[in-house]
Amino acid sequence: MINEIISMNGYGTYVWSAFSFTLISFTTLYFVTKLQLSKEQRRFASKFSSLNIEKARTARSQNINREILSNISNI
Amino acid sequence: MFKSFEPNKIFAITSKAPKYVLFLFIVVLTIGLTEALVLSPEDYKQSDAVRIMYVHVPAAWISLGIFSSLALLSVGSFLFKNKNFALIAKSLAPSGFVFNIIALVTGSIWGKPTWGTWWAWDARITSMLILALFYGMYLLAWRIYENKDQVIKVTSLIAILGAINVPIIKFSVDWWNTLHQPASINILSTNIAIHASMLIPLGIMTAAFALFSLLIFLMKYNTELIKVKNKGLDRL
Repeated sequence: MINEIISMNGYGTYVWSAFSFTLISFTTLYFVTKLQLSKEQRRFASKFSSLNIEKARTARSQNINREILSNISNI
Repeated sequence: MFKSFEPNKIFAITSKAPKYVLFLFIVVLTIGLTEALVLSPEDYKQSDAVRIMYVHVPAAWISLGIFSSLALLSVGSFLFKNKNFALIAKSLAPSGFVFNIIALVTGSIWGKPTWGTWWAWDARITSMLILALFYGMYLLAWRIYENKDQVIKVTSLIAILGAINVPIIKFSVDWWNTLHQPASINILSTNIAIHASMLIPLGIMTAAFALFSLLIFLMKYNTELIKVKNKGLDRL
């Protein structure tokens, strides 16, 4: 059974390379995108922490900024 | 008209959705791979080489679908002067491009055992290659231009021009003699030339690929929104 799945009637090299290429592309795209997101979140956190109290309060008044900060604390 | 689509309102959803979409994608992909590699039957002519269809066809469908969306969003961005459309289009493009490359590479791998060649300048393959070039130009334009209004104009123009190629890809097998067979599935007709034992895994794999493109879109869109907010912090 396992040998049949691996050999695929002699087409194993083609079938497995096509599926592997697809899964490797998915994994690479996922991690590159995740890295870009984390980088931008860290940049936001660093900029936010450098704000004075008044500016930080103004920034916090926006829902989206609060959401970004809560997501950063979750990662 | 598009107030409910404002980034400030939808970020609460888009920031939480990726973990659920990722879970769903893994479940659907696992079922799809089991069906495609183990449970589905081999073809009477192509034998097990037919299994490449389960990654090649969904990748081609989704790359075409995403490019059509880019064109529609670009038209929308022009008509309604809504920059969020451009941001959505920018977030969709990377997964569309990767699906296009997957379709070309897996098609080439499938071509060797079925046609005896890795590549042929056939109408369908050539038009898919042209689509990849349009995707490449679209993504490059976002990197090259710094002026926001200019980049929206240039990328919209590329998307609208590239969209002319979409019907050419679809109908290339009918308009020219190509190595590709005519379409086996037509959404406008009930006449489906593919057996249910192969149609079901194809449907599941298409759903898995669509979930993956949704996942990447959400992550990219969140990245873009945080970038905008980072600039907002500089202006405080």
